[in-house]
Amino acid sequence: MKYNALSLLKQGLTGQQGWPQAWRSATLQPRYDAVVIGGGGHGLACAYYLRKIHGVPRVAVLERGWLGGGNTGRNTTIVRSNYFFPESAALYDFALRQYEQLSEALNYNIMLSQRGILMIAHSDHDMELMARGVNAMLLNGIDVELLSAAQVRAELPLANASPTARYPIHGGFTQRRGGVARHDAVAWAYARAASALGVDIVQNCEVQDFIFEAGRIVGLNTSQGEVRAGNFGLSASGHNGVLAGKAGFRLPITSYTLQAMVSEPVKPILHTVAMSTATGMYVSQSDKGELVFGQGLDLYPSYTQRGNFNITQSVVASMLEIFPAFRGLKMLRQWGGIVDVPWDYSPILGPSPVEGLHLNCGWGTGGFKATPAGGYFLAHSMATGGHHDISRPFDISRFTTGALIDEAAGAGIAH
Amino acid sequence: MQLIPCPWCGPRNEPEFSYGGEPAVRPIPAESVSDATWSDYLHFRANPKGRARELWCHSAGCGQWFIMERDTATHAIFATLKPGAAA
Ligand SMILES: Cc1cc2nc3c(=O)[nH]c(=O)nc-3n(C[C@H](O)[C@H](O)[C@H](O)COP(=O)(O)OP(=O)(O)OC[C@H]3O[C@@H](n4cnc5c(N)ncnc54)[C@H](O)[C@@H]3O)c2cc1C
Ligand SMILES: [Zn+2]
Repeated sequence: MKYNALSLLKQGLTGQQGWPQAWRSATLQPRYDAVVIGGGGHGLACAYYLRKIHGVPRVAVLERGWLGGGNTGRNTTIVRSNYFFPESAALYDFALRQYEQLSEALNYNIMLSQRGILMIAHSDHDMELMARGVNAMLLNGIDVELLSAAQVRAELPLANASPTARYPIHGGFTQRRGGVARHDAVAWAYARAASALGVDIVQNCEVQDFIFEAGRIVGLNTSQGEVRAGNFGLSASGHNGVLAGKAGFRLPITSYTLQAMVSEPVKPILHTVAMSTATGMYVSQSDKGELVFGQGLDLYPSYTQRGNFNITQSVVASMLEIFPAFRGLKMLRQWGGIVDVPWDYSPILGPSPVEGLHLNCGWGTGGFKATPAGGYFLAHSMATGGHHDISRPFDISRFTTGALIDEAAGAGIAH
Repeated sequence: MQLIPCPWCGPRNEPEFSYGGEPAVRPIPAESVSDATWSDYLHFRANPKGRARELWCHSAGCGQWFIMERDTATHAIFATLKPGAAA
């Protein structure tokens, strides 16, 4: 069914009873041409592009739990492409440009809201570094603007602008094309489009082991039995390292918990995505009215999807220092996701060290904004056996050649 | 928040500690080691889910480094050992 005003009207008049299933939950078949491990946004996007662009006939996505139940459904939905290095800017802006036309292309409203992202500078030193970053981004062709303290105060009237504030406002910068998109909608949009093209989306199907023949991966053992295919894609976020281990190699990645939380819903009080350099705290207001906020990682390896209280406390404290008015709000939910953080904070894309397996790993704390790109370039690697020009610098070989793309230092803030 | 038993100071609050990575043995002599081996030593880790052996530092306490054996999937702590002590 095509979603449009007419179908909405018709369903409204008939009690919303006639909506067909958006996508088909399939059972595992013994053989495919390509199998993607991990049914998050990236894996689903990959399956869609494998069918749509490369015409690969039989494609499956295997998901251990439920569709989008990993980091895709746990992130704070910020999208932006303000990266320091040209390689990253090309990659993330490719994704943002896909996002800009995704609702049209997939006939599914992903609720992209380009309300802008605004990074606050809290000192003159912050401002100097920010000016340098903004210059680099402009050279990368990314549309960012440096803002004066007065401009930031006008954009964020509730931020503590007192000169004696713990985190005073010295200025900032914005990418107005940045903003938020609905995370579940992105997963469902790709799932629906992939399913319509015949992709099997198999839930509750955990990949347990790899089957090798003559040094090449030819199949998988899963909780639903064996499956064989010509090519495999690894897109399991926090669990990429565990799966790589089973395929016989290691990744330059550590899995950490990243937590986020939301407040009770209130009327509109924040119209952009605010981020703070000194604290790493960021906050936006969802369409439902909740404040959605988070900060940095829980600083040791973890697979718990929880997040520890001392970090929760630090996130809340940072937000209240900057936005004292939020003090009266009650907290509604707090949660964690397992993020795969690479050594240089940039993703690892393309062929893996093992034949038959391709990588879409290391998106870490900031891969929601890159969902269309991760899927697109994983599909490219699986279908052609090699890199697209945009994904080439992100090959795993950079850790040996030394050509790291150090966005941890470059872009400052991760997600 | 957890209590972590420092081998020197006893149980202390988690925020006093810093995680120091999965131990790796430095290949020597560095100048005759291949790029691949060196890169493996610098960057590549097992990143285990479950039982792990890690370096930690009681950074806001006595400042000593030690080995911690714990479960990354449950956060259960099995042992904290002074460097050089047998597992
Ligand atoms: C709290 C939080 C806030 C974040 N905020 C932002 C943000 O604002 N902006 C941004 O750009 N990014 C953000 N991120 C990062 C972002 O969520 C991720 O980078 C992105 O969603 C990764 O998508 P994915 O499809 O690769 O992974 P996932 O959605 O995690 O999908 C991977 C899937 O693989 C499955 N899987 C694992 N093991 C197996 C197995 N053995 N067999 C089968 N399936 C398996 C998992 O169940 C999971 O569903 C945030 C992350 C967190 C946790
Ligand atoms: Zn101590």
